[in-house]
Amino acid sequence: MPDSLAIGDQPLDARPRGGSAAVVERGGRVVAAALACCGAAVVVVPLLLTLYLSAFDESLIVFPPRGYTLRWYTGILPEFGGALRTSAITAVTATAISLMAGVPAGIGLARHRFRGREAIAMLLLAPLTVPGIAIGLGIFVLAVMIEERTGLALSGTVGLMAAAHVLVTLPWVVRLSLAALANHDMATEEAAASLGASPLRVIWRVTLPAMRGGIVAGALFSFIWSFENLDMTLFLTAPGVTTLPIAVLGYLQYHIDPLVAALAVAQIVLVGAALILLDRIVPVARAVAR
Amino acid sequence: MSRLTLDRLGKRYGDAMAADSVSLDIPQGEMVVLLGPSGCGKTTTLRMVAGFVTPTSGDVLLDGRSILRLPPHRREMGLVFQNYALFPHLSVARNVAFGLEMRGTPRPEREAQVQRMLELARLEALAERLPRALSGGQQQRVALVRALAIQPRVLLLDEPLSNLDAALRAEVGRDIRLLQREAGLTTVMVTHDQDEAMAMADRLVLMRDGRVQQTGTQEDLYERPANPFVAGFIGRSTVLRGTLHATMHGGDVFATGGGTLLLAGRYAADGACTVALRPERLRLAPPGEAGPGSAAGTVELASYLGAVREHLVRLGPELRLVVRDPTAGNTRLHAPGDAVAVRWDAGAERVFDAADAQLPFLHPEPIAPDTLGTRMTSDA
Repeated sequence: MPDSLAIGDQPLDARPRGGSAAVVERGGRVVAAALACCGAAVVVVPLLLTLYLSAFDESLIVFPPRGYTLRWYTGILPEFGGALRTSAITAVTATAISLMAGVPAGIGLARHRFRGREAIAMLLLAPLTVPGIAIGLGIFVLAVMIEERTGLALSGTVGLMAAAHVLVTLPWVVRLSLAALANHDMATEEAAASLGASPLRVIWRVTLPAMRGGIVAGALFSFIWSFENLDMTLFLTAPGVTTLPIAVLGYLQYHIDPLVAALAVAQIVLVGAALILLDRIVPVARAVAR
Repeated sequence: MSRLTLDRLGKRYGDAMAADSVSLDIPQGEMVVLLGPSGCGKTTTLRMVAGFVTPTSGDVLLDGRSILRLPPHRREMGLVFQNYALFPHLSVARNVAFGLEMRGTPRPEREAQVQRMLELARLEALAERLPRALSGGQQQRVALVRALAIQPRVLLLDEPLSNLDAALRAEVGRDIRLLQREAGLTTVMVTHDQDEAMAMADRLVLMRDGRVQQTGTQEDLYERPANPFVAGFIGRSTVLRGTLHATMHGGDVFATGGGTLLLAGRYAADGACTVALRPERLRLAPPGEAGPGSAAGTVELASYLGAVREHLVRLGPELRLVVRDPTAGNTRLHAPGDAVAVRWDAGAERVFDAADAQLPFLHPEPIAPDTLGTRMTSDA
């Protein structure tokens, strides 16, 4: 066959193959689009449903509702205000402690090879492998034992909850700090030193800005994890000192009304706004290290 | 201003000496280039001067005073790195201002200095850009003026051109040289590239295995290499190990790799020797031509490289010479397989004894034509 080049058995005539390839490609695109739509639906539909439910003018969730109202939103603060405050204080405290300990730990682990480095890295990650409910129970028992010996009031305090949350949020901050430093050019630190920056100023002016993404991610993750944690916190609350997820759980045992849906919507809006703000404008690296 | 002195500086890692007894005296305003293959200790030496590596022996002195106890940020040395090492989160202007901010220079003075530096680097228009928006050459110019902005006592350049492509390399290299000379800065540069080193240096230091092989001007190292390594590294001489036989007349005979060379000179030695031949100082001659500075062989490879022709000539089973002659000369490109003679003068050959010390060149006694003829016949 002089006028048709062949590679192996397949003639190099592209038209029929190109046609079928185009069909496959178009089909593939349709399937991909359909899958993407399904994925988006899985994410969005429950959110929309929650939004819809939160406006039902019913004290039980009945479909179709008699009418629509926004009164559930006004009920959020009276019912959950205390828990919201406890959760916020706990989450902020846990996040602050995790950043203050985790970011320096990340810098140290990334920069130095020292004896016991692997052990410390393992220890820092260990809490992630234990079920939260087990850690929560363990901390509760330990707190009670300490209380019996010393008379210190520990159980049912915000401090204990924050300390417990740090067990999980700290490893994440360390990991994200290490990840942020993986692409960090050490020569920039030497350049800063040669330009007259003392070691602390090098960290402040060069290392922390380079870690900014990791620090922001670590702070967000810590805050959200702590704010939403249910299982670990279950044993650590006390009457009057309850976090939001546990208050919601308690509420749901006796009421099935749209208040919880309204709370969920409010939470989504607040967290979403915070995410966008933090990610876009706040120089978290500076706010954190101060 | 500053005189930098390295006094028997050494760094030991375990059993290995990364730098061994490196001594160097650099007067104010001189640019010294540390040159050598990777792992020769040049970067370790530079980092000891900068303060990032603590020497295990020796001293670093600035104007006669030891600076070993000073941490890097108090040594007032401008550093330029191979990968630029600009601060990625700061604009070009803020990068240049960084050192002045660290020194607490008042704002108006700082801004004026930054402006001056940006003009020097021809980067005024890019002052507000982030480093990643700049080309490699621009980034390295920023890095250079960032180091110059603090008016350092010494400028240290660590492979500053290695990340740039060939055209930019020449341009940035010229910029570095001009700014360095204008500021009268005592400068140490590290490179593995001998062309770069030759082009930039006032003085060269060739290193290998942590030790200084030779210190001197380009001409010193090229014309008077201290040992076969220097001869082979600078100018890429062909280095041959073999046996030297003294002769009655003409140059010595050097046997190696199954062939022989008739050297251009006589040397006061006999036995194991090393001969280095400069490819650009050899020339091809018609076969049969003989005399001091000659060898007979066959062309194996021939390439026309523009400015020069390069021939690989085989003189024996294990003996090949590279001959590089200018295309401006009245010679021609030979074909592989051509029988040729390789000829050279005293300037092309350097002979070292068994201890790698260079042997002095002694002029050969003139050869009477009949003696030469007799020897050729007796050889055949």
